[in-house]
Amino acid sequence: MSGEIEISVKNLNLWFGNFQALKNINIEIPKNAVTALIGPSGCGKSTFIKTLDRMNDLVDNVKFTGEVIYKGRNILASDTDVVELRKEIGMVFQKPNPFPKSIFDNVAYGPRVHGIRDKKTLHEIAERSLKGAAIWDEVKDRLNESALRLSGGQQQRLCIARLLAVEPDVLLMDEPASALDPIATSKIEDLLHELKKDYTIVIVTHNMQQAARVSSHTAFFWLGEIVEYASTIDLFERPQNKRTEDYVTGKFG
Amino acid sequence: MVVITSNIEVGSLRRTRRRVLGERFIQWILLLCAISSVFAIFLIIVFVFSQGVPFLAEAGLSFLTGSVWLPTDSFAAGTWGILPIIVGSLIVTLGAVAIGAPLGIACGVFLAEIAPPSVRRALIPSVSALAGVPSVVYGFFALLVIVPWIRGHFGGFGTSVLACWIILSIMILPTIISISTDSVRAVPREFKEGSLAMGATRWQTIRSVLIPAASSGIIASVILGMGRAIGETMAVLLVAGNTIAIPNSIFAPVSTLTATIALEMNYATGAHQQALFAMGVVLFVFILILTGLANLVSRRRVTY
Amino acid sequence: MAARLRDTAAIGLLWGAGIATLVILIVILAYILVNGLPLINWHFLTTNPGVRGQQGTGIYSTIVATIAVTGLALLIAAPLSVGGAIYLNEYTKENLLRKVFRQAAEVLAGIPSIIIGLFGFLFFVIYLQPYTGGWSVMSGGLTLAFMVLPISLRISEEALKAVPGELREGSLGLGATKWQSVTTVVLPTALPGIITGLILGAGRAIGETAAILLTVGGALGLITSVRDPACPMTLYIYNILTEYNDTTTAYGTAAVLIIAILAITFSTDYLMNRYTKKLKGL
Repeated sequence: MSGEIEISVKNLNLWFGNFQALKNINIEIPKNAVTALIGPSGCGKSTFIKTLDRMNDLVDNVKFTGEVIYKGRNILASDTDVVELRKEIGMVFQKPNPFPKSIFDNVAYGPRVHGIRDKKTLHEIAERSLKGAAIWDEVKDRLNESALRLSGGQQQRLCIARLLAVEPDVLLMDEPASALDPIATSKIEDLLHELKKDYTIVIVTHNMQQAARVSSHTAFFWLGEIVEYASTIDLFERPQNKRTEDYVTGKFG
Repeated sequence: MVVITSNIEVGSLRRTRRRVLGERFIQWILLLCAISSVFAIFLIIVFVFSQGVPFLAEAGLSFLTGSVWLPTDSFAAGTWGILPIIVGSLIVTLGAVAIGAPLGIACGVFLAEIAPPSVRRALIPSVSALAGVPSVVYGFFALLVIVPWIRGHFGGFGTSVLACWIILSIMILPTIISISTDSVRAVPREFKEGSLAMGATRWQTIRSVLIPAASSGIIASVILGMGRAIGETMAVLLVAGNTIAIPNSIFAPVSTLTATIALEMNYATGAHQQALFAMGVVLFVFILILTGLANLVSRRRVTY
Repeated sequence: MAARLRDTAAIGLLWGAGIATLVILIVILAYILVNGLPLINWHFLTTNPGVRGQQGTGIYSTIVATIAVTGLALLIAAPLSVGGAIYLNEYTKENLLRKVFRQAAEVLAGIPSIIIGLFGFLFFVIYLQPYTGGWSVMSGGLTLAFMVLPISLRISEEALKAVPGELREGSLGLGATKWQSVTTVVLPTALPGIITGLILGAGRAIGETAAILLTVGGALGLITSVRDPACPMTLYIYNILTEYNDTTTAYGTAAVLIIAILAITFSTDYLMNRYTKKLKGL
């Protein structure tokens, strides 16, 4: 972990219609590390993470104020090219969503859409990305099969591979393992340990043990605010805020 | 794992004009495509009404209430009464629906609730096939089979109200069947299961729970069937007899708005042609009323 | 006890309705095919009709006319309906505008074909005569496009709607533009459904008579350009039946039409099957 900051969020407020989903969020996401966002359902974690790649734009009636500084720009500004942004800040969703295409076409989708046509290059990228997502050995002989034939855990790793093929700097993960069985989950967690060496990762999780296992920093969300943000060890063992303490000790969930 | 070479070019994060214009251009083209149906209706109304409405204005109410139809190409020289034709359209439609609706609804319920999968596999494509048969082929069949049968058993020419009823009821079956089936299938399973669990028979469940719950969809299907019947031209043209008088029995010939327009457009000129357009306007208004009714009924659907 | 009896009787009646429907179809198809199939041979399909309903000739020019008129209708209606469906489903939210457009398509679908024929006569045959050549394949095809459009629009929209939202999210999340997402993920997934809509629209065009009665002219000669008048199969059946009482040729032509319709019904069933399978990854 280099200690550098990848994304800096300042005074972020967000509304869906009249409902304020995010209140005065201030947080600095460190580069090449895993930052976990924990908290009960509906407290803004997913909304926050979707703000980072402007996926909230897809929702009706959304308004936001504040700044999210990435690579020296406020990406919340209206003249931001969100298409370019999403090449650099990518997202993996809770439910794996492979395209109804072959495994290869799934991984090659991103590069193709960004203009790469050369078959050799696409194959190289695909192999590299599938290896990076720790799924290459399982699929290398069946790249032309439909991606929908893979198991849930494999599909999720495929979605990660798909993302890696676009060479992002930041990986956003919205509860990536919640739809998976324990074995698949642990594979994903192992993967995160590898990936964080080269990528900045922000992960939303309901599973506190998972947060403790994978992340270096953790933020606790409660009713749209970040109640506490600290290194994972500090947050879990020496929480400063009472509510944080109640949550991590399981008094409410 | 270290990323060695970078293949993906990333531009600055500032949105370029090129991208914005490109996306907006595409959106405009697609919008124009979407508008095409609205535009189409607009065109149809403008052109048809432009010929028909002036005539209606000149002819006045007697157009709709008069019983004598003696068209010529000059307005003053002709007599313009289409009551028998309107009545003809209505008789033919209502009869077709009276026959076709019970059969169609029954078949729809059968498909939704009773038919085993093997029968369904045969019946559903059959309904699609029935829907696909060209109207002129229906008319052809009716002319060669139904008309002689009527002539043989009941006298007259055979081209009659009854012939229209029979063939039109068959033609509206697919519409009524498919929408009724969908409506019954859309009823939540809990309703049916609740009824059966109380010891009701299948028929009791169908009659007292499923059909009422699906009623708005079923009624809508009947109204749509009515719309199809009143708008049907070719089959009616071949078997209705096309005599412009109110039929005095179901074995008598009849004329409808659609058939008269089709028949006389071939040689009508001047005021006569405009009169046919006026008939088109009358038909159009009927259809609009029916479509509006169908929408109203299906909107009153009970939301679950 | 009485309820049980009534139940059996009622269920029996429902079975009767189902079987009656099947029987009706079989009777009609059988009648046409039994009488018409024997007529269909290579000669019948490739010879032009004689003038004045001469027996022993074929229906070649009518087949060409049907194909030409249907093809033209599809050429116009396909991009408009698919483009419109894409706009409605991908670029708008579920609001008033969308409802109005959808309602417009429903109204258009319900307009009787004879009225569309009246319109086609006024607009294409008379008003646009210098461009369409008056009564012609072009006038007929353009008129038919009005009838194909609503069917194709509705089915295309349903096909697009059936594509799960997660796929769009996934695509956008990888940095694709909206249009790229539509063309590389949404459309390919929805394609079988869209094609089904187009095929069904084509079926409607093939079987249509009233609209072309007033626009296409009815001339029996083989067309050399889209501005020539023509006589598609449906119109031919009507003409030879009413003018020459030539039931034999009518049977043959009707049989050809029925076979085309059956082919369409089966191919759309097959396509819809493939579509649902594709979405499940089988």
